[in-house]
Amino acid sequence: MHIPDGFISTPVAVTGIAVAAGSVAYAVKVTNKKMGEKQIPMMGVLAAFVFAAQMLNFPIPGGTSGHLIGAALAAILLGPWAGVLTMTSVLIVQSLVFQDGGLLALGVNIVNMGVIACFVGYYLYRGVAALFRNRRLGVMVGGGIAGWMTVVIAAVSCALELSISGTVPLNVALPAMAGVHAVIGVGEGLITAAVLALVLAVRADLMELQKA
Amino acid sequence: MKFKWWYGALALALILAILSPLASASPDGLEKVAESKGFVDSALAPLFDIFPDYLIPGVRNEALATILAGIVGTLVLFGIGYGLARLLRTKKSEA
Repeated sequence: MHIPDGFISTPVAVTGIAVAAGSVAYAVKVTNKKMGEKQIPMMGVLAAFVFAAQMLNFPIPGGTSGHLIGAALAAILLGPWAGVLTMTSVLIVQSLVFQDGGLLALGVNIVNMGVIACFVGYYLYRGVAALFRNRRLGVMVGGGIAGWMTVVIAAVSCALELSISGTVPLNVALPAMAGVHAVIGVGEGLITAAVLALVLAVRADLMELQKA
Repeated sequence: MKFKWWYGALALALILAILSPLASASPDGLEKVAESKGFVDSALAPLFDIFPDYLIPGVRNEALATILAGIVGTLVLFGIGYGLARLLRTKKSEA
C-alpha cells in the first residue's frame, strides 16, 4: 500500500509530512528514557523482520498480491509509540533506498501504515485479548483481528487521501481499496497471530515489553 | 558468548529475505485498484534511484540481486532499530 508520488496532491502530501513529523517527534518524546534493555534488540529485530516480510508478497485471488504491513505486530510487542518509530524507520528506508513509496508521499505512508495502523492494532489487540480467559487464545485471536483491521483501516485512510487529492472519487476508491485489502488483511491477521504464538511459546516474557 | 533470543529472530528475518525471490510479482492492492480505476499512470517516477525494485544493480541474476537487496535492507533496518532504541533507552541500570 506504499503510495507513489503523483497519486496524491501536494497539499495532501504536505499535510501528511506535517502529521507524520509531529507524530514521530512525539513518539521520540514518549519513548525516550522508557526503553528497557530488552526492548533494544526487539526493536532492531522487528524493524528487520517487517522489512524482510514486506518483500514477500503473497498472491491473492484475482491477479493481485499483498504483503505484511507489520504495524500491528510491532505495536503489540513494543507499544504503539515505539511501533510508530519502527514502522517509520522501515518506510523511510524503503522510500529513500528502494524507491518503494514516493518521497513526497512518505508522510502519508507513515500516517497510514505507521501511526494509524499502530494505534488501531495496539488498542484493538488489547481490547480483544482481554475478552479471553485462555491467554494463548486471546493473544492469537486479538493479534489476528488487530492485524486484519490495521490493513483495512490503512486502506480506508489511503482511499480518503486519494479522493481528497482528486485522483479518484471516494465512492470508487473506498469500496475498491477496502474490498481488496479486506482479503489481503487475512494474510496480515494470520501472520500476526502466528508470530505472536511463536513469541509466546519461545519467550513469553517478551510479550510484556510494551508495558515497561 | 551466550545465545540470545534475538539471534534466532534476526536469522528468521534473514531467511525471509533469502526467500524474497519467491514473492508474487502481481500488483499489490493499491496498484491493482490504480490499474482498474484508471489512475495508475498518474504515478511519478522516483526523483532518484538507489536500489529500485529491490534489486542490487550490477548483479545479472535477478533472484540473487533481490536476495542481496533483501539482506542489505534487513541488516540496515536491524541496525537502525537497534541503534534508535539504544539512543532512547533508560539508564543502564534498568535491565
